[in-house]
Amino acid sequence: MCTMIVHQAKIDGGRGKGASGWFEVKEANVSYDHPYDMPLEHAVNIDFVNESAGPGARVAVELSIEAARNLVKTIEAVLAQAEERGVLEDTPQAAAR
Amino acid sequence: MYQTNDYEGMQAETVTMQGHKGDTINAYYARPLGEGPHPGMVIIHHAPGWDEWYRECARRFAHHGYATISPNLYFREGHGTPEDVGAKVRAAGGVPDDQVLGDLDGSLKYLRSQPNVGKVGVFGTCSGGRHGFLAACKVKGFDALVECWGGGVVMKQEELTPKRPVAPIDYTKDLSCPMIGLFGNDDKSPSPEQVNLHEAELKKQGKNYEFHRYDGAGHGFFYYDRPAYRQEQAVDGWKKVLGFLEKHLKS
Repeated sequence: MCTMIVHQAKIDGGRGKGASGWFEVKEANVSYDHPYDMPLEHAVNIDFVNESAGPGARVAVELSIEAARNLVKTIEAVLAQAEERGVLEDTPQAAAR
Repeated sequence: MYQTNDYEGMQAETVTMQGHKGDTINAYYARPLGEGPHPGMVIIHHAPGWDEWYRECARRFAHHGYATISPNLYFREGHGTPEDVGAKVRAAGGVPDDQVLGDLDGSLKYLRSQPNVGKVGVFGTCSGGRHGFLAACKVKGFDALVECWGGGVVMKQEELTPKRPVAPIDYTKDLSCPMIGLFGNDDKSPSPEQVNLHEAELKKQGKNYEFHRYDGAGHGFFYYDRPAYRQEQAVDGWKKVLGFLEKHLKS
């Protein structure tokens, strides 16, 4: 973790499936630093977490730079398509159970 | 050097100790059996967490005759798997340097409180290498430092944060013990250029140091569970580390 490059996105309306099942995701921590499993010195690491529920409430993804860029484009494309078709919902209320 | 008819045994277990500001934290303590006296070692885990490699590393040092403690620098962050706790700390931008130094001072005091521990060294890898260098400069009482690829010893002004307010290289004049440094020439943090600056400052301050730089190795080339592992360089690096400690802690 020697780069210490990390940003946090607050998540208002999200669920993640961790080791103990589904939980409410409250934060997404995005870092460019040492991954745990990806065979790279540094990777784009995304941890979907709920800080109030302890360290174990975490869904982890580690991505190469190319994969991360592609993911960003894909999310934007999906949102744009849904908006164009008029099917976007108010996500906080719709996603919260 | 171990002989096949030598007696050998160790005790290794989780213990509690007093860290920064008297906080109770846990630690892994591996010590050789026998009367001693034994030299001591403080092992500092890397930024990804207090994981199995460091417990094995502690037992390795104990096998070589050192009473070895590895403090859990992330104790205050809650408990879970080392990865989950490490990810929490990663998201928080690491732990504060002052707190780490307090925990390392507590580790040193823990060893000093044992009845048969002699000189004490400190060993760290990755961010732990950086913390080791900080400790050897700011904590009084260490007799030797092993810095393995310490990232962030050299820092730009814009990289300083409230948790890491001073670049460790600026403390070089305070280094109070001999040090050995191991680095991979393919590493990005620390880069070979940063290692050059680190070495130049040690030289300028007249410090007792030896640096070993390995071609064909990057960051973390001791980690046998990572693709970064480099067998030849790791074997040579361990020989150099143990030789250095033999000279400075067992004499």
